[in-house]
Amino acid sequence: MTVSDASAVPLLSVRGLTKLFGSFAACNEIDLDIAGGEIHALLGENGAGKSTLVKMLFGVLQPSAGQITWQGQAVSIGSPAEARKLGIGMVFQHFSLFEALTVGENIALSLDPKISLAQISDEAASLSKAYGLPLDPKAHVADLSVGERQRIEIVRALLQNPRLIILDEPTSVLTPQEADRLFETLFKLRGEGRSVLYISHRLEEVRRICDRATVLRHGRVTGACDPRQETPASLARMMVGSEIAEVHREVLAPGEVRLDVSRLSVPARTPFGVSLKDVSLSVRAGEVLAIAGVAGNGQGELFDVLSGEVTVSDAKAIRIRGRDVGDLGINGRRLLGASFVPEERHGHGAVTGMPLSDNLLLARSQSDRKSFLGGGIFSVIRHASIRSATQRVCAEMDVRKSGEDPSAGALSGGNLQKFIVGRELDRQPALLIVNQPTWGVDAGAASRIRQALIDLAKAGSAVVVISQDLDEIFEIATNIAVISEGRLSEPYPAGTLTLERIGLLMGGIHETHSGGEAAHAH
Amino acid sequence: MRIELQKRPAVSPLFSMLSPLLALALTLIFGAIMFALLGKDPVAAMHAFFIEPLLETWSLHELAIKAAPLILMGVGLAVCYRSNNWNIGAEGQFTIGAITGSYTPIVFYDWHSPLVLPLMLVMGALGGALFGAIPALLKAHFNTNEILTSLMLVYIAQLFLDWLIRGAWRDPKGFNFPVSRDFAPEAILPAIWEESGRAHWAFVFALIAAVLCWFMMRYTLKGFEITVLGQSERAGRFAGFSSKRMVWFGFLFSGALAGLAGICEVSGSINHLQPAISPGYGFTAIIVAFLGRLNPLGIVASGLVLGLTYLGGEAAQLSIGVSDKVTRVFQGLLLFFVLSCDTLIYYKVRVTWARLRGGAA
Amino acid sequence: MNIWEAILLTVITASTPLVIAALGELVTERSGVLNLGVEGMMIIGAVAAFVGAQLSGSPYVGILCGIAGGAVSSQLFAFLTLTLVANQVATGLALTLLGLGVSGMIGEGYVSVPGVRLPEIAIPVLSDVPVIGAVLFRQDLIFYLSIVLLLGVNWFLFRSRAGLKLRAIGDSHTSAHALGIHVIRTRYLAVMFGGACAGLAGAQLSLVYTPQWVENMSAGRGWITLALVVFASWRPWRVFAGGYLFGAVTILQLHAQALGLGIPSQYLSMLPYAATIVVLIIISHNRRTTMINTPASLGKAFVPER
Repeated sequence: MTVSDASAVPLLSVRGLTKLFGSFAACNEIDLDIAGGEIHALLGENGAGKSTLVKMLFGVLQPSAGQITWQGQAVSIGSPAEARKLGIGMVFQHFSLFEALTVGENIALSLDPKISLAQISDEAASLSKAYGLPLDPKAHVADLSVGERQRIEIVRALLQNPRLIILDEPTSVLTPQEADRLFETLFKLRGEGRSVLYISHRLEEVRRICDRATVLRHGRVTGACDPRQETPASLARMMVGSEIAEVHREVLAPGEVRLDVSRLSVPARTPFGVSLKDVSLSVRAGEVLAIAGVAGNGQGELFDVLSGEVTVSDAKAIRIRGRDVGDLGINGRRLLGASFVPEERHGHGAVTGMPLSDNLLLARSQSDRKSFLGGGIFSVIRHASIRSATQRVCAEMDVRKSGEDPSAGALSGGNLQKFIVGRELDRQPALLIVNQPTWGVDAGAASRIRQALIDLAKAGSAVVVISQDLDEIFEIATNIAVISEGRLSEPYPAGTLTLERIGLLMGGIHETHSGGEAAHAH
Repeated sequence: MRIELQKRPAVSPLFSMLSPLLALALTLIFGAIMFALLGKDPVAAMHAFFIEPLLETWSLHELAIKAAPLILMGVGLAVCYRSNNWNIGAEGQFTIGAITGSYTPIVFYDWHSPLVLPLMLVMGALGGALFGAIPALLKAHFNTNEILTSLMLVYIAQLFLDWLIRGAWRDPKGFNFPVSRDFAPEAILPAIWEESGRAHWAFVFALIAAVLCWFMMRYTLKGFEITVLGQSERAGRFAGFSSKRMVWFGFLFSGALAGLAGICEVSGSINHLQPAISPGYGFTAIIVAFLGRLNPLGIVASGLVLGLTYLGGEAAQLSIGVSDKVTRVFQGLLLFFVLSCDTLIYYKVRVTWARLRGGAA
Repeated sequence: MNIWEAILLTVITASTPLVIAALGELVTERSGVLNLGVEGMMIIGAVAAFVGAQLSGSPYVGILCGIAGGAVSSQLFAFLTLTLVANQVATGLALTLLGLGVSGMIGEGYVSVPGVRLPEIAIPVLSDVPVIGAVLFRQDLIFYLSIVLLLGVNWFLFRSRAGLKLRAIGDSHTSAHALGIHVIRTRYLAVMFGGACAGLAGAQLSLVYTPQWVENMSAGRGWITLALVVFASWRPWRVFAGGYLFGAVTILQLHAQALGLGIPSQYLSMLPYAATIVVLIIISHNRRTTMINTPASLGKAFVPER
C-alpha cells in the first residue's frame, strides 16, 4: 500500500495481535510491518498500548491472540532471551539496569554466559567508540547520569548484533543536545541496514527522524503514514482522536511576592540523591514560574524543601507571603495558604489503597481542621463533610470514577491526577507548587490541568510548576528557570527563551560548554 | 502445575471476611491429619482439643484467662503493625511489665492499701512501655532493625527476671525455690464473677482495650495517621505526619499493653513472680494479631481461638495422651494458613494444571 | 593440649553454626528475600539431625537429615512468600513459630537420650603442625564444610555468572525479569540454599556443640544470624569474621561464668544478645552505607505481569 518495495518480505510483521488484561484489551488486533533498514515510529499517547505491544514483541508479555512473523517465519516469542536470539534488541523507557552492579556486569547479564567479563568489556568499549557512546565498563551504574545509563542500554542491545532495535520513549530523559546525539547513532544503525522501532509521543521528533509511522489509540491502530508528509496537527489528530482544547493564557501584572527563596543549599539526603546548591527564586501573585530540567537534577529535592516535607535549619532561606518558613513543616506552610502537588501520585500524593475521601483528608487534615475534624482533642473524623468535599472536587475537575468513593488505585492516572490537583485548587491556595503536573496523564486530562493552573494564576495566586515537558512549559509559564545538577538558573520571561537556549541551560549552566563528553565526567 | 496471581482492582470484601475462617478450617483439617499420623483417632482428638474445653463453666473461665493477655497484646501489636513497625518483642515487654508491676507488692509487701492494685497496673504498663521504648529509640535514632532488637530484648528480659527471682526478690521463706513472695490479697486482681469461676478483670481490660482501639483506628485522626504511615511513609510525610514519632507511638502503645498484660497475668493468675510466667503469650499474640486481620474487634475473636489452643493442648494431653507441644504446632500452622489465605484478598488466584505452553523452547 | 588451644576449639565450635547459617541467609537475602525463619529452620535441622543419627546410628546420616529438614521447611516459606506473595516478615515469624513447635513435638521422645557425636577427622600431615594442627585440622566434617561454604559462596556470588544473576535479582527484580532472568525460580533456590545451611547449622548444634536434644536448643542463634548478615553488609568474609566474633563472645562469657568473677551468670548470658544489639546500632546508624549495601529489592514482593 505504501510506497517502496512491497515485494520484499518485511523484517517483522504482526497480524491481529491482541493482549487482554482481564476483560480490558490493552492491544486490540494490531497490524504492523517493519521493513529492513527503516526507522519506524510507533506513535500514541500514554495508555494507547505502545508499551504492551513492544513487550509482546520482546517476549516479556505473551499475546492473547494474533501472529508475529519474523523474516517470513511465524514465531512465538516466549521470553526476552528468545527475542534476543531472533535478533531483537530493546532499550526500555524505565531502564532495566542494576544500580549496585558495574556497567560491565550489567551488560554481561544479557549476554551468553560463556563469554568472559573481560571480553565483554573490550567489546563494549569498541562498540561504544564506534557509535559515539562513551562508557566506562568498571563504573557503577548508581554513579551515572540518565543519559549515560541509556547508553548502557543501547550498547547492551547492540552487542547482540540485532536486526531490530526497539527504543521506548528514549528522548524523554534527554536534553535536546543529547537527543541529537542519539539520532546520529540511530542514523548510523539504519545505514547498516538495521531497523529501529521508535516509540514516542513527540510529534516533531518523529517527523524529523522516522521513515514510517504507525499510530495507536486505545489499543487499536488508527493510522499508518509517512510522518514526513504529515503536519504535527494531522499526526496529533490520529493520536488523540478529537481535537484537544487549546489552553488559553493571559498575562497579568504581577502582584506581591508569595514565595521567596534565597541562597538555599541542602546536602543530598540519600547516596543517590542530588544536593541543592545556592538556589534562589521568587514568585509573585499572578505568575507561573516553570522550572525546567532533565529528570534527576534535583527537582524532587527542590519540591521536598519547598513543601516542607524536608525542613532546613535556616528559616529565612524560604519565605512564604513574607513569613520565614524554612524550618516550618508542610502543614504550617499549608496554613499560610500554600498547596502542594508532588510528582508521584501513588504513595506520595495519594495512598493507593485508600478511598478518595481519605485521600482528601490526607492533604487537608490541618488546613481544613474546622470542617473535617470534631471531638476536640480526640480529633474525630467527620466522614460526611469530607465525602461531600470529595464529591465537589470530583465534579469540579471532571474526575471519572466508578462508584461513590473508590480507592485511589482504581482511578486511571489522568483522573487521579485531576483529583489530586483539584483537591488543592478546592482550597483556593495563595501559592501552588506542582511537580510534573501532567506526567503520564492522557492528553484530555493534561489540558484540563494546565488550564486550571493558568486560571489559578489569573485569579491571583502564585504558581510554581516543576516540569520536564518543554511543550507544557511554553504553554503555561510566564517565567522559566532551569535546574541542572541541583543549581537553578535565573528566571527568564517565557517569551525571551528559545528551545535551544533552554537545552543549553539544561546541559549545565555552571560549566563552560566544551562540546565533549568529558565535561560531564565529574 | 502453575499458580498465577492477578491483582484485584480493589480489596475483596468477601475474602476479607472469609480468609480467617478458611485458614481456621484448613488448620483443623491438617490438625486432624496430624493426629491420624500420630495414631490417634482424629475425631476424638479434635473433640478433646477444640470442643471439650467449651463444655464446662470452669473451663470457659480458663479460656477467658488465657485469651486476656493474648487480646491485650494482640491489639497493641495490631496497631503497631498497622503503622509498619514490627514489634516482635511483646514477650519481653510482658516480662518487664510483670516485674515493674510486681515491685510494689514484693518490695513494699507490708504496705496494705487499696491503691496497691491500681499502682501495680500503672507501673506494669509503664514498665512495658519503657522496655518497648528501647527498640523505638534505636529505630528512630540509629535506624536499627526493630525486629532484631525487640527480639533480642526478649532474651534479656527473661534473664533479668531469672536473676531477680534467684537473687534479690527470692522469697526468704521459699525454701530456696526460685519464686518471689506471694502477693498480699489487695495486690491480686479480683475475679469478675467469683461465684462462677476464676476469670479475672484482665479479660475486661482486654475487651475495653479492643473497643477503644477499634474506635481510634476507625474514627480518629490518630487512627488515620497510623494507617497512612503504615501504607506509605512518603504519603504520610506529605500529610505532615512524622514516621519517627509513629515509631515511638507504636512501640510505647504496644509495649504498655504488653506490660499491662504481664502484670495482670502475674497478679490475677499466678499471684507471685517465678522464672516462667508465660507460655509464649507474646509470640502467640503475633498470630492473634494476624488472624484478627489487625482489626481490634477481629482480635477479640482470634484471641479466644488461640486461647482455646492452649486449653485444648492441656486437655488433649490428659484425655488422649498427646503432647501439649501440639499446641505450638497448631498455632504455627494457623499463622501459615492465615498468611496464605490473605493472598485471596488482594489477588485472584488461578491454578493452571496444564504444562507450560509448548512452542519455541 | 593447653588451655588456649581448648578455648580456641570451643570458640570454633560455637562460631561454626553461626557462620554456616549466616552464609545461607546471606545468599537468600542477596536474591532479595528476607527469610526471618532462620531460627525455625535451624531448630528443625537440629531435631532432624539428632533423630536421623539416632535411628541410623550414623552422624553422617544425621547431617543429611538436618540439611534436608532445613531445606524442606524453607520451601514452605518460599511457597508462601514467592508464589502467594505473603508478607515476608510475618511468614518468617510463622516459620520460626512452626519450627519451634514441630521440633518440640518430634524431639519429645528424645529428650535426655545420649546423642551421637560427630567424629573428628584429622587431616594427614597438617594435623601434626603444632597448635594450628590440633585446632584447625583435627575438626569435624561440619567445620570443614563451613570453610568450603565460605569459599564457595564467595566464588559463586562474585565470580560466577549465576551469582551475578542472583545479585541482579536482589538489586532489581523488575529489571531482572525484563532481561529474562528467572526471578521466582532463582529465589526458590536461594531460599532453599539458606534453609539447607540453617539445617546444617542445626545439625552442628545437636551433633557437635551439645550432642543431645534439648528443646529450643537454638536459643536465638537464628536471630543472631540475621543480625550478622546485616553486620557483615552482605559480604561473605565479613559474615565469617562476625560469626567468630560472636562465637568468641559466647565462649568468653561461659568462661567468665566458670571463673565466677562475681558477675551474675544471667548478666553474662545476656552478653551475646546485648552484643547483637550493640553491633546493630554501630552498623546501622550510618544510613548511607546501609542503603548502599542493602540489596535494593530485599523483602519486596514480586508479581510478574502476564
